[in-house]
Amino acid sequence: MTTHVRHLRSLSIATVVLLTASLILVFFYAPLDAEQGFVQKIFYIHVPLAIVSLGGFILGGLFGVGYLRTGKRIWDMRSYCAIHMALIFSIGGLLAGSIWAKASWGHWWVWSEPTLVSYLIVILLFCTYQPLRFSIEDPERQARYAAVFSVVCGAFVPINFIVVRLSAEYLHPRVLNLEGGNMPGPMKLTFYTSLVAIALLFATLMRYEMAAKETRIQTRRLRRALMGDDAIRPLGRSAAPQ
Amino acid sequence: MRTALAILRKDLLLELRTLETIPSMAMLAVITCVIFHFGLNRNALSGQLAAGVLTVTLLFASMLGINRLFVAEREQGGFDAFLLAPVDRTAMLTAKATALFVYLLVLELIAVPAFALFLAPPHLGSSLPGVILILVLSDIAFAVIGTFVSAIAVQTRARDLIGPMIGLPLLLPALIATARGLGPLLTVQASGSPPAKWLAVLGLYDLVNALLAYAVFDFLLED
Repeated sequence: MTTHVRHLRSLSIATVVLLTASLILVFFYAPLDAEQGFVQKIFYIHVPLAIVSLGGFILGGLFGVGYLRTGKRIWDMRSYCAIHMALIFSIGGLLAGSIWAKASWGHWWVWSEPTLVSYLIVILLFCTYQPLRFSIEDPERQARYAAVFSVVCGAFVPINFIVVRLSAEYLHPRVLNLEGGNMPGPMKLTFYTSLVAIALLFATLMRYEMAAKETRIQTRRLRRALMGDDAIRPLGRSAAPQ
Repeated sequence: MRTALAILRKDLLLELRTLETIPSMAMLAVITCVIFHFGLNRNALSGQLAAGVLTVTLLFASMLGINRLFVAEREQGGFDAFLLAPVDRTAMLTAKATALFVYLLVLELIAVPAFALFLAPPHLGSSLPGVILILVLSDIAFAVIGTFVSAIAVQTRARDLIGPMIGLPLLLPALIATARGLGPLLTVQASGSPPAKWLAVLGLYDLVNALLAYAVFDFLLED
């Protein structure tokens, strides 16, 4: 087993346990919001999804730095899987956030809300990650360019948030401000549990993706060694490292 | 520095002789003004609307220049020659960003008067220095990010598609700051001084991106 597959089972179990616990907390422990009622509970899903996905984009950038420094293919794989997963999480966060916004503000989309707008810009930027990889054929160059892209765009995430926030007034309740938000205790506990659970979910899924891709590469290598070069079909072009 | 100057001189000379990029950028800017006139059905714009139209016009026109920036190097072997030479690779970034910056300045010398003629309200005299300051700062952002994006896109198969797709989101913060900074200057009773907040944002954005591009640019030329 390669190194990044080693803790997969314990990580998966921890994720399932914590995810279940957080859902129990969300539905049975956290109090109903006085103004928004039951719909407010989606807040425990969409905010962690958003935070974790942004963290995932930045993580992808850090892994990109790792690739540029070492030139090892495993860093490219990490970077790719982190950004891939973060993209999926971010689209989930965007959809769930829209539902929350409709219930809370009465609109599916609110332009005057900087958090929302900067989030959208970041997603639009990272949506070009896969097309970029796909349009470079040489695998080594693909990895290098993707790493450069991930570094610059990872740094873009916080900068973009600052600029967009300057351009509009505050509207979102600040969940993670310095005073720890204005949530009452049970809500805070539920929120942080969900945040950790979603972060674990991210880590687990990312590792599964890496394990699957590594296994596929290894299988190909073994098949080639055993059956000769003619036995396996040539690879098609792919955005994923291979 | 001498290498950068040599490349810059080569690029400007090439542009002067072929007149490939700047005329098409200027044409696109002028035609965009006409398109906005019909699209918005207005004879004159002012305030934030005018600022937005001007910024978007310049942004789209600059996309043409960004797409073309490295094409000659790629198609005629300039990259290989540059990599063979024992020179600092950052010189390429400096030279190309400066060349793009010069293109954008020339573009604005044509596009801003055209915009003023076609769409802007009269009496913009007092706020002109502020407008120039903001445009120069935004040109730096466009030039730095544009060079970086162009260097990535030119090596891809669908370079005309990848360039704008990466470039436009990356330029959005600069676009926001430029448009919001220009807005108060283009109102009919403008005070004349640009909003300090947006100048600071543009300046910082320029600085951060220049440092980032400087840090990663070497990897884009390696082969």
